[in-house]
Amino acid sequence: MTMSANLPNERERSSGAATLAQEPPTSTLPHPAPGTWHHSHVLDLDDFSQEEIELVLETTGTMKEVLARQIARVPTLRGTTVVTLFYESSTRTRSSFELAGKVLGADVINIAASASSVQKGESLVDTVLTLQAIGADVLVMRHPRSGAPYLASRHTRASIINAGDGWHAHPTQALLDLFTIQSHIGDVRGRKVVIVGDITHSRVARSNLWSLTTMGAQVVVCGPPTLLPVGLEGPQGSEVESEQALPPLEVETNLDRAIKDADVVMTLRLQLERQQSGLIPSIREYCNLYQVTEERLATAKPGALVLHPGPVNEGVEISLGVAHGAQSVIEEQVANGVAVRMALLYLLSRGRS
Amino acid sequence: MNGAKSKLVIRGGRVLDPGQGIDIVGDVLISDGRITAVGAEIKDGGARVIDAKGLIVCPGLIDIHCHLRDPGFEYKETIETGTLAAAHGGFTTVCCMPNTQPPIDSRATVEYIQRTAALTASARVLPIGCVSKGRQGKEIAELGDLADAGVVAFSDDGSPVADGALMRKALEYCRALGLPISDHCEEPSLAEGGVMHEGWVAVRLGLRGQPAAAEESQVARDIALAELTGSPVHIAHVSTRGSVELVRQAKARGLPVTAEVTPHHLTLTHESVMSSTSLPNELAYDTNAKVSPPLRTADDVAACVEGLRDGTIDAIATDHAPHAPVDKLCEFDDAPSGISGFETALGLVLTLVHAGKLELAAVIEKMTAGPVAALRLDRHEGLAGLGSLAAGAPGDVTVFDPNAEWTVEPERFASKGKNTPLAGRVLKGQVVMTISNGRQVFARDEVTV
Repeated sequence: MTMSANLPNERERSSGAATLAQEPPTSTLPHPAPGTWHHSHVLDLDDFSQEEIELVLETTGTMKEVLARQIARVPTLRGTTVVTLFYESSTRTRSSFELAGKVLGADVINIAASASSVQKGESLVDTVLTLQAIGADVLVMRHPRSGAPYLASRHTRASIINAGDGWHAHPTQALLDLFTIQSHIGDVRGRKVVIVGDITHSRVARSNLWSLTTMGAQVVVCGPPTLLPVGLEGPQGSEVESEQALPPLEVETNLDRAIKDADVVMTLRLQLERQQSGLIPSIREYCNLYQVTEERLATAKPGALVLHPGPVNEGVEISLGVAHGAQSVIEEQVANGVAVRMALLYLLSRGRS
Repeated sequence: MNGAKSKLVIRGGRVLDPGQGIDIVGDVLISDGRITAVGAEIKDGGARVIDAKGLIVCPGLIDIHCHLRDPGFEYKETIETGTLAAAHGGFTTVCCMPNTQPPIDSRATVEYIQRTAALTASARVLPIGCVSKGRQGKEIAELGDLADAGVVAFSDDGSPVADGALMRKALEYCRALGLPISDHCEEPSLAEGGVMHEGWVAVRLGLRGQPAAAEESQVARDIALAELTGSPVHIAHVSTRGSVELVRQAKARGLPVTAEVTPHHLTLTHESVMSSTSLPNELAYDTNAKVSPPLRTADDVAACVEGLRDGTIDAIATDHAPHAPVDKLCEFDDAPSGISGFETALGLVLTLVHAGKLELAAVIEKMTAGPVAALRLDRHEGLAGLGSLAAGAPGDVTVFDPNAEWTVEPERFASKGKNTPLAGRVLKGQVVMTISNGRQVFARDEVTV
């Protein structure tokens, strides 16, 4: 502690960042985001209320305005250090976070944590403590193990943003999906959203279930039974119903039935190794039964939106025509991703003050 | 070795020996390490007197399934610390599983354990030998030599005996030895990669589950092999309704099949992985609730309790599986399975008694006479009367207060393994004193004797 005489210590630095974030936002951000925010971390959306999700989406709108400026740079997070810690390779999510941090004036450090650090015996907790020691204020984390960000969050004062953990959650993807949907059709309450594909292994689907149902959408998941996780229907029999054990949803194994009258069709990436592990007989059969095609989309509501979290296997889970058609908002999703991540960095930073 | 060669009388407790149908208020006299009398107002003749008024006095508890980690993983537990933890939990006899390093697949390792136990243990240690060499599931171990060295059963626990043909050969071979095989039932292709029970909690947490059918299909296979070979099969740690039902049917048909259940499978569900008392309001991913077989549903728990009540399940066994804190401080997928169970076992099963789901005598039976009968431990030299207070039985007695409330504080465990999902839980029922071979091996601080 004696060494900190001439150097701002971590507490001073982070409170300095917060002060900047609290400056009258007219000089930095068009609108101050109202509403309450009490999250130290963004691990999933299961603990987000409707109001909190709305706050994120409103703030995202503000960030879109910043991004539309000729020089998209604000000093809001100046002095804040954002570290992206990716244990899985990712192009779009990592670069989206990096850009989000830079637009807000944060220092961004990217760490591609390979398996090598694990092989050397460096545990996740060690790594998180090291990054805290070098001054990380926000840790954006992607990890192949479900729950890893929860473990990390218990061992650091930094805010953790989950950028995808195993099969479990991908909250920023779900928020950008919701923002994209709402920017086209407004309130999703009562709207039918169909999530098609490999539900079992999909963190995107899991997070979307929470956000969509919290906002009142009617969610149908559809896929072959081998890609629908056992237990999706929630507690059974004598099991005590936990409060909101799982989001309410409908399960359908026939895409023609599922897609009928849908307002939104959310397609998921099919990892091609699912065939090797015997979960589907062949890609050919999967395409026949579960590809979102022009013909199938025609039975959805007119103008129904088509989303995909990317990267797309064109001609597998979605036909080329649909992926690039008028109803596809796939590219918008990517663009909105930066604004959503800016919103979360901003709200977390404000919360840290 | 205070008292080993002297007399000890435990006075005025409720003496409960369900195996012999004893339930009286009275005294237990131990002389020269053996039980010599049970009754009212026994003349002590200069014996050391222990006042047990208001307490339960029962045969020392027997655990037929634990992991002492020694040799090989002494940083997790040793024979010394493990048996001290056992004594704290009221256990006077423990059967240790062979997944050590080296595994207990040779006479040398059996003798190492026996020698180390003789020098350091606070409880009787009865080793269980490997079914297969190196626990590899390929060739049967030298079962005859192991039996001769003193193992009381065989198991590849931690791993199932996956190969049905190997299991058949081992069971046939065992007919000449008269020892049972305790099998960890988990059909590998169905269980592959599963880190918890397959169900809604696994869905919520995004973890790979293993279905109840992975356990049940192998239980069914083992029952068929018990029938084929006529050799006794003991089903380790049953955890599903289907397994209990299969064992029930096997027993009804008179097959040589026995089964055990752990305190945690009798009381906890898969929700423990998600919700922890020490981490309220967030998804716990509690690696201390990661155990094999996994914690199941409330329906499975109810079926296990019912199986205990109707006699389908013979024994409560802890599956004490200590791990060092560093082993469990990791991502859920990467954490080793196991719960440090010796010191919470009695308190945890007594919650079922206090809830009116099981009789006290039934619970004690399943921790004394039941396990002895399941593995026929009393056939071994010097163990006649084990698990009872019969005259001449080993002088093993556990004294406990069924109504004492206490909070589980893992940092105070005698075990090196602090891994329990029960931290912070209040349990009702606490061991007061443990006597092994006439020697006091544990006494709670506040007890004056």
